[in-house]
Amino acid sequence: MRIQFKTSYDHDIRLFPDRHSLLVYGALVMLALALPLLINEFYIGEVTNVLIWAIAGLGLMLLTGQTGQASLGHAAFLAIGCYANTILIEQGLPFIVAFPLAGVITGIVGGIIAIPALRLHGIYLAIATIALSILADDIIVLLEPWTGGVSGKFPDVIRLFGIEIERWTMPVRFYYLVLGVTVICTLFYRNLLRSPLGRAFAAVRDSEVSATAMGVHIARTKATAFGLSCMITGWAGALMGYYAGAFNNETFSLVISITLLMMIVIGGLGSIHGAFFGAVVVAFLPQGLSILKDSVLGSGVAIPGLETGVFGMILILFILFEPMGLYGRWLKIRIWFELFPFARKDMFRRQKSYLKTERLR
Amino acid sequence: MDGVQLLVSGLANGCVYGLIALGFVLIYKATEAVNFAQGDFMMLGAFVTLGLTNAEYLHLPFWLAAPLSIAIMAGLGYLLDLVILRHLFGQNQTAVVILTIALGFVIRFFAGAIWGHEPQTLESPLALGDVQLAGVVLGLADLAIIIVTVLLTWSLYQFFQRTKLGLAMQAASQNQMAAYFMGIPVKRVQGLIWGLSGATAAVAGILFASKGAIDPNAGLLGIKAFAAAVIGGFGSLPGALAGGVIVGVIEPFAARYLAAGYSQIAPYVLLLAVLLFRPHGLFSQVRTKKV
Repeated sequence: MRIQFKTSYDHDIRLFPDRHSLLVYGALVMLALALPLLINEFYIGEVTNVLIWAIAGLGLMLLTGQTGQASLGHAAFLAIGCYANTILIEQGLPFIVAFPLAGVITGIVGGIIAIPALRLHGIYLAIATIALSILADDIIVLLEPWTGGVSGKFPDVIRLFGIEIERWTMPVRFYYLVLGVTVICTLFYRNLLRSPLGRAFAAVRDSEVSATAMGVHIARTKATAFGLSCMITGWAGALMGYYAGAFNNETFSLVISITLLMMIVIGGLGSIHGAFFGAVVVAFLPQGLSILKDSVLGSGVAIPGLETGVFGMILILFILFEPMGLYGRWLKIRIWFELFPFARKDMFRRQKSYLKTERLR
Repeated sequence: MDGVQLLVSGLANGCVYGLIALGFVLIYKATEAVNFAQGDFMMLGAFVTLGLTNAEYLHLPFWLAAPLSIAIMAGLGYLLDLVILRHLFGQNQTAVVILTIALGFVIRFFAGAIWGHEPQTLESPLALGDVQLAGVVLGLADLAIIIVTVLLTWSLYQFFQRTKLGLAMQAASQNQMAAYFMGIPVKRVQGLIWGLSGATAAVAGILFASKGAIDPNAGLLGIKAFAAAVIGGFGSLPGALAGGVIVGVIEPFAARYLAAGYSQIAPYVLLLAVLLFRPHGLFSQVRTKKV
């Protein structure tokens, strides 16, 4: 059992809580760097997919997990990031400029959209963002001269410092690119949580009234969260465009938005681990299900809609029995071992609260 | 005459949206949660009726099957609350949103597994015949939809305003703790409201299926019903109907008079506009609480 002795207030906001976790995460990065030596190129592609979903998950996690605003429209921002990146590169900008800029553009668009959306609470925000997700599909078709409309676009080969990177012919190089972006986004997220802004996010999520009382500007904080969230999502969208190799108006549909939200719930809301756990589930669930189905029913039996049905059931079970997601389960197992003979069943018991609304009709 | 024809068909479509939106509003009014699976409830209600009525399934007479399936859906709604939603009591809204979306996936999967993914039509007496009225052709189904919807909205409105149970439901939604102390069985009241919304969904499903074909993806209509509910004001029953009619009427007119790409987005643009300028909807009367 490890005990952290915090002797100064600074210890609460360290990047790594103690030397042990520094070693663990260092080892993890080493493993990620050595991965192409250990597994073949097909699986490298799969891991790349997981990492891209994890980046998108981090983006939404910042909004939903950290600031408490559920968005069902993040597919629209994935699309903005993807199209912005491709169009900027077509205009002749190098990748090293276009890619970060694509994220920034998405962030700015997100921030602008957020300003009116800030007047909306919980459910209304979710519905407005659904509308956004549906509108994105049609708007991409309407903006055909730029976006290619229904026929779509094909992203160019990435040229970074004279090195060519392409997803199909050189998956290992693409993997390293995605890994780099993942590490940068994760560090960005972690550092944001350590900053006053990150604490303001958490304050807004937990109670807007108390946050205001503590001097947090609610509207500005929410808009910032929206913008930063969209920025990360935009990068994920650009990478998704490269991963898919071709995209059109139907690539970033409402289903992607919903999957993304469900992913971070399965992973565990409000934790960086959760985005990664959720991405693993989302990326490998289809394969896992098809293997399971083949072994139970024999191959060749097709059940349409099985995947989403099982996904839905898993999700219902998670929300009922493990609202903190996979990360919560992992935390419980770890704490059980750390406290070995002293762990008690009710340590993680949920609190009940009563609803009290301001609505009169 | 052209405009009138469009208006009538839009009205009938809008009433279906309004009926689904009614289900949203019922649950929102009484539990402050939003059931994102309401569209799939509607689809399930239609398929249950279809399974009871159609020749290749049970082949019951329609007038027996319709009330039966309404009762089945009401029971299902109550059961869902009992088994699943009651455990979310006191959790935040995001959990309920995601849970009901997942529920929609599961319902769609089961409906597809039982009744198949091909579009099917309900053998309903409403589907027969048109009525000619001053040069306008009215489907019998369209007329039935409009009449049933108006009656249902009116009676639910009265139910919430006049009856003890309706008032108890409103009280339970506003302050659960206080409602408990006043002797309202909050949990049972919430179960009843889920049952009621299941029944409404069944009615919507029966009417929708007698107008045209139904398949497991018909539940996606729920998204348009959302737009309707928000435009009307989420807490208002007549508002839901009005919102549904507005969305339903805008659609055919936009398809007729706007360019192809712009017509599909008309309802959602309207939705965003309403959210911007009247976040609580056109017909809600939300007053701010003073303390």
